[in-house]
Amino acid sequence: MTLTASAPRRTARPPATLRQRLARLSPYAYVTPFFALFAAFGLFPLIYTAYVSLYRVELQTPDQMEWRGLDNYTALFGDDNFWTALRNTFTIGVISTVPQLLMALGLAHLLNYKLRGRTFFRVTMLLPYATSVAAATLVFAQLFGRDFGLINYLLHLVGIGPVDWQSGTVASQIAVSTIVTWRWTGYNTLIYLAGMQAIPSDLYEAAELDGASRWRQFLHVTLPGLRPTILFTIVVSTIGATQLFGEPLLFEGSISGGISHQYQTLGLYMYEQGWGFFHLGRAAAIAWVMFVLIVLLVLVNTAVARRRSGKENQR
Amino acid sequence: MSISRAARQATLRLGAVALAGTLLAACGSGSSDSSAQNGGKVTLTVDLFGTFGFKEAGLYAEYHKLHPNITFKESSTENEADYWKALQTRLAGGGGLADVQGIEVGRIASVTQQQADKFEDLNSYGAKSLKNDYSAAKWNAAGTPDGRTLGLGTDVGPEAICYRTDLFMKAGLPTDRDELAKKWATWDDYLALGKQYQAKAGSSSHWMDSIGSLYSLIVGQQKERYYDASGKLIYKDNPAVKTAWDTSVKAAQDGLSAKLAQWTPAWNQAFSSGSFATIGCPAWMLGYIKGQAGSAGNGTWDVAPLPGGAAGNWGGSYLAIPKGSPHAKEAYALIKWLTAGPQQEKLFKKQGSFPSNTAAIKAVSGVTDPYFSNAPVGEIFGKAAESAPVQVLGVHDNDVNVQITNALGEVERKGTSSATAWSHADKGVENAVG
Repeated sequence: MTLTASAPRRTARPPATLRQRLARLSPYAYVTPFFALFAAFGLFPLIYTAYVSLYRVELQTPDQMEWRGLDNYTALFGDDNFWTALRNTFTIGVISTVPQLLMALGLAHLLNYKLRGRTFFRVTMLLPYATSVAAATLVFAQLFGRDFGLINYLLHLVGIGPVDWQSGTVASQIAVSTIVTWRWTGYNTLIYLAGMQAIPSDLYEAAELDGASRWRQFLHVTLPGLRPTILFTIVVSTIGATQLFGEPLLFEGSISGGISHQYQTLGLYMYEQGWGFFHLGRAAAIAWVMFVLIVLLVLVNTAVARRRSGKENQR
Repeated sequence: MSISRAARQATLRLGAVALAGTLLAACGSGSSDSSAQNGGKVTLTVDLFGTFGFKEAGLYAEYHKLHPNITFKESSTENEADYWKALQTRLAGGGGLADVQGIEVGRIASVTQQQADKFEDLNSYGAKSLKNDYSAAKWNAAGTPDGRTLGLGTDVGPEAICYRTDLFMKAGLPTDRDELAKKWATWDDYLALGKQYQAKAGSSSHWMDSIGSLYSLIVGQQKERYYDASGKLIYKDNPAVKTAWDTSVKAAQDGLSAKLAQWTPAWNQAFSSGSFATIGCPAWMLGYIKGQAGSAGNGTWDVAPLPGGAAGNWGGSYLAIPKGSPHAKEAYALIKWLTAGPQQEKLFKKQGSFPSNTAAIKAVSGVTDPYFSNAPVGEIFGKAAESAPVQVLGVHDNDVNVQITNALGEVERKGTSSATAWSHADKGVENAVG
């Protein structure tokens, strides 16, 4: 664009000034940093990981890449430990997510009442979330100790024998899930609380006029109003559960997720392959499988939610 | 400083370091060296794991006095597995390496066979003339087939048994170390004595800490463990591995184990609570016991020679210089001094790290340790080091050991059958080596 060449004719629309042109381009300019950063730190690693996953690459000798085609993937699907990890990720995901979201819903409902010191409780809710994974896990690992742990001591008081929270498959998964639940319940509570406060209060008043109990109000006013929020928390929790890593790693400090992989998640399995055994190619293959898995799960979540709300609208 | 200790390390605190360490390693390239080279002044960076004890024994200060232009910056990662991860990341990225890096004996084969080009050949600085100062096994393990020397040996890990005299007395067992050595001449004798102990001690105390450590101890006596001399993986068909496995499984079936995985917090606590009466004791374990059992344990421990005839080796380390170090010459002078006789002698007296330097081995032969009931530790470990076989080291020694001891953990803690557990170990090794 040249400003000098503008010989204005009366009838013609005046050409855009530099300022106007910039104004038209500026939205793109504003989003550019994000996309530039995403390309460098999101897209490129994604594609490079796919590339690496087709080779045999060892951390000790990263310059010797050996073409393997899809062998990394077939080896992966032929490995019992992969399926164990997949199953563990699912079971730990369920054990941690379901009670967590239910408790969060209940707590949010309570906090929504006019309580004395409400702000205090709300802030307290967020404290576990602000604690680092490492710190929380270290404390919980002590609590769950087999010989000197507090939890076994309490169980002993009510006559239940010592539980080996590290070696038992169910026990260890419950222990790991407890840490996840503890950390994330408060966070989800606050999100539900925000959602609840967006529900118009006249709905509740109307319900109360109709003689609906608190419980019925919760079922018929709060829950439908929270649907988008609940969907959001489920999607986020699903992604979080699929990527679960820090808690199981730090629980015993074992990269294999316990002596018999009893609580090894997919994230930890990837870490073991990549940073325990230094098989970078194999780890990259796992990363991609996890990526596809998460995308699938999110699509399923959304599809289910869409179908449900579609049905609602038809009513 | 043993590899198994490092790898089996399940201490949560260290797990946290693992996370941080990996992240740091990933970001660490680029800030390669921080030496201030003005006026001949040199700052040497030394990166280690566990407790080498150089700083604790005052060796840096001493060296600085001898060479005022040299100052030091030491960094140390407690868990060797994390250290090794970080080191590998830096070697791959080419940045963030220190002038001197510690290498565990279980990794030295990986260095000489896979990464020889990434470390300085110390012979080009004159290391060849030092050869006779070190035990042959220690020296040769750091050499490459084409005659390069990539590291100088620090300590070795000759094995013995440490035991609680107070618990032995309560159970009516003899406490004299010579008598015990005769009583547990073989591993079967050791287990038989264990049964005797167990019958008296009940369920609150056990004969040993875990069968995983018993296994490591027995297999440490072997010349060939997981690899043969040609570098072939032979652990599956090695009768010595099988025997060590079977003995360990038998110990679990006899109920002799406290089922405490090594390097976990619960295991640490057990040193003072008395959950186990004996523990496999490579020389460096002495310092660890003192640290965990504290002053309350003073005089309740003793050391006796290992069952099963010949002694074994468990752990030990090297110092190496990565290629590209701007102060390779100064670094070489330092590691030559640190691994020389007088310094290794000091480290044994201070830390219990048994010397690999022949002059130092002679010098410490009369050392006794009051904490361990005045046991002649210099003599016991000296004899053990002398009779320990020259082990064949392989690239994945550590991985194989971790998988097998994990599987043994399943046997004792989950009641998994021996055959199933072994198949899990097999599977794990396949994964690790694959």
